[in-house]
Amino acid sequence: MQHTISVLVVNRFGVLSRISGLFSGRGFNIESLNVAETSDSDISRMTIVTIGDDSKIEQITKQLNKLVDVIKVVDLTEEKFVDRELILVKMNAETRVREEILRIVEIFRAKVVDVSAQTYTLEMTGDESKIKGFLELLRPLGIKELVRSGRIAVSRGTKSIH
Amino acid sequence: MNSKATAAKKRAPTGKSKPQNSNRIMKGRDILVRALEDAGVEVIFGYPGGASMEIHQGLTLSKKIRMVLPRHEQGGAFAAGGYARSTGKVGVCLATSGPGAVNLLTGIIDAKMDSIPLVAITGQVPSTVLGTDAFQETDIIGATFPLVKHSYLVSDIRDIPKVVQEAFVIAATGRPGPVLIDLPKNIQQQETVPDFNVKFDCPSYKPNLQPSSMQIKKAVHAIKEAKRPLIYAGGGIISSHASKELRAFVKKTGIPITTTVMGLGAYPSEDPLSLRMLGMHGAVYANIAINNADLVIALGVRFDDRVTGKLSEFCKDAKFIHVDIDPSEINKNIIVDIPIQGDVKRALKMMGDLAEPKKDMKPWLDQVKAWKQEFPLKYELNPKAIVPQHVISELNKLAEKNAVVSVGVGQHQMWAAQYWNFDEPFNWLCSSGLGAMGFGLPGAMGAQVAHPNRQVINIEGDGSFLMNIQELQTLKIENIPVKNVVLNNAHLGMVAQWEDRFYKSLRGHTFLGDAHFAEIAHAFGIKSESISKPEEVVPALKRMLKHKGPYVLDVKYPYNDKSMGHVMPMIPANHSYLDTILDAKQNLREYWKKKGVLPQ
Repeated sequence: MQHTISVLVVNRFGVLSRISGLFSGRGFNIESLNVAETSDSDISRMTIVTIGDDSKIEQITKQLNKLVDVIKVVDLTEEKFVDRELILVKMNAETRVREEILRIVEIFRAKVVDVSAQTYTLEMTGDESKIKGFLELLRPLGIKELVRSGRIAVSRGTKSIH
Repeated sequence: MNSKATAAKKRAPTGKSKPQNSNRIMKGRDILVRALEDAGVEVIFGYPGGASMEIHQGLTLSKKIRMVLPRHEQGGAFAAGGYARSTGKVGVCLATSGPGAVNLLTGIIDAKMDSIPLVAITGQVPSTVLGTDAFQETDIIGATFPLVKHSYLVSDIRDIPKVVQEAFVIAATGRPGPVLIDLPKNIQQQETVPDFNVKFDCPSYKPNLQPSSMQIKKAVHAIKEAKRPLIYAGGGIISSHASKELRAFVKKTGIPITTTVMGLGAYPSEDPLSLRMLGMHGAVYANIAINNADLVIALGVRFDDRVTGKLSEFCKDAKFIHVDIDPSEINKNIIVDIPIQGDVKRALKMMGDLAEPKKDMKPWLDQVKAWKQEFPLKYELNPKAIVPQHVISELNKLAEKNAVVSVGVGQHQMWAAQYWNFDEPFNWLCSSGLGAMGFGLPGAMGAQVAHPNRQVINIEGDGSFLMNIQELQTLKIENIPVKNVVLNNAHLGMVAQWEDRFYKSLRGHTFLGDAHFAEIAHAFGIKSESISKPEEVVPALKRMLKHKGPYVLDVKYPYNDKSMGHVMPMIPANHSYLDTILDAKQNLREYWKKKGVLPQ
């Protein structure tokens, strides 16, 4: 099963290597990994999407917790959470598909952030299923380049991991 | 040396002393030395080079720290490990950048695998040229990410006192392990007015020591209900200094106990309730007992494959209590019934207070005793050639009670584990998890430096001895009186044994050839002797133990490709205890079928 794990880490040299090395060294999967500063510049937050059965996920969270630079590990999957991913897509926008692309953009409430004679660059945020749907419609029209931010996530309600 | 050691001991331990600042301008290297002194360091095993000689210049002026120069950085790292294994204190090694740092790696991984507290310090090229492939530059921090408990690249001279203090606390507390400090040369040479008043402040590092009292109650209840309980104790007992509590717990409850190779010394080998070591080359009765127990009380162990064999067959009918300081060890290999995360010393104290003497165990204890009598550890004497197990048994009889024993890796290591009688913790130095050949001599060297007045004996194989034989010079020059017994059969015996068992004795580069280790020792100026006849064993051992300085006894015996030349008993990897090879003729399953213990 897919799990979304939030990890608070000390914002310090090498911490990303320690975590990515832990995953590769122990044969854990990383579907996506996102890292950036939190509201406290001394602390970074990672969102790691991984796959594994319960015992694998138990090992992953325990091994993460063992790292000295890791402050907190929360498996968001255990409760309700909101997750989003940002994508930027550069589309081949020849005359015959320009209208169609814009229609899809409107339906998905995406944005056109850059235009040239041959291309549109689109921006969209959403959860996994929305992004999947969006890309499925765009793919036959000619995707030139796709960039995804990796998932970020936060628990629903008043709870906070800080 | 003694005066330095005593002076260091008088200093308050880490975290309790209040170091005074002198408001004096100091070089980075001297700040490091002072911080190490404040951490209570008595000895460092260090090999200088371009990026670390500045630190050596500082250390050579220290009145509190003894420097020992190993003849290879790997020897230095193992010596620091031997120091730590024989004292429970943090061992320290030092190397230069690049090749020096890389040569420490085996010793660092060894400390990680066996949870040994170690601080490794490496010089680094100046931070101004870091990342330019400068001469002797290696990204040692990157290279050691998976091998250390934690590591620091010092980028600011003012961080040195804090980094050193944190490194020692992290290495020694929770589940101990190696910590690396990488210090660029320009920072060693910079100057500042240092602040030594650092307080441990690392909010993300808080190992929980206190076991849950609820879980303890559950464990005590399970112990009360159990009819066939068994204790399976490991290195955690040693590292948490819980041997006393373990003995009290066994005495109060009367539950029999077996230990892992890391746990040897946690409980006296010859006590009636002791089942000695379990696992692949453990006592047959220990493996039978644990697999017939209805409750396994696992204390500071990690269910290693060399203990469990085939996991799905291991202790099929047992409930498990598992105490460990490291949460990630719980439910890692075996799903346990009663997990107890915390310090095993506290857990044993709490369980010991609540548990009652077991009065309903007589059938179980009688059964265990019968197994002990039926399957003793045994070897055959040979009138024509020396038998290595016999050398170990005789040495054990002649050695002092509190002698420290270090071993390399291979057959000799397992024979020592089987036939040496351990009474106290911290007297057994063995690269167990990593299984690093070459550990024995430098490991013993580290222990002898820590205990200058005790007997320290290195039992080696010829292959293992060769891997760090350069440390003989260190023994000689520093007058470190380690007694080395080389069980020399001119083969890589353990691999040859597997060839005999599983590859029809086809030799795949396991013949080393004979070497005259006595002559090699002589060349280093070390007293030595070579023997090959059975009747020479005892007198030669006596001469060795009587000698004041370092000594090498080369014990030549032929490799034997039959059971008598193998480490017996043996459970083939990934098999169950019923597959234990008892002797040339049969395994336990066949033996029990013949006896009617198992159905035909």
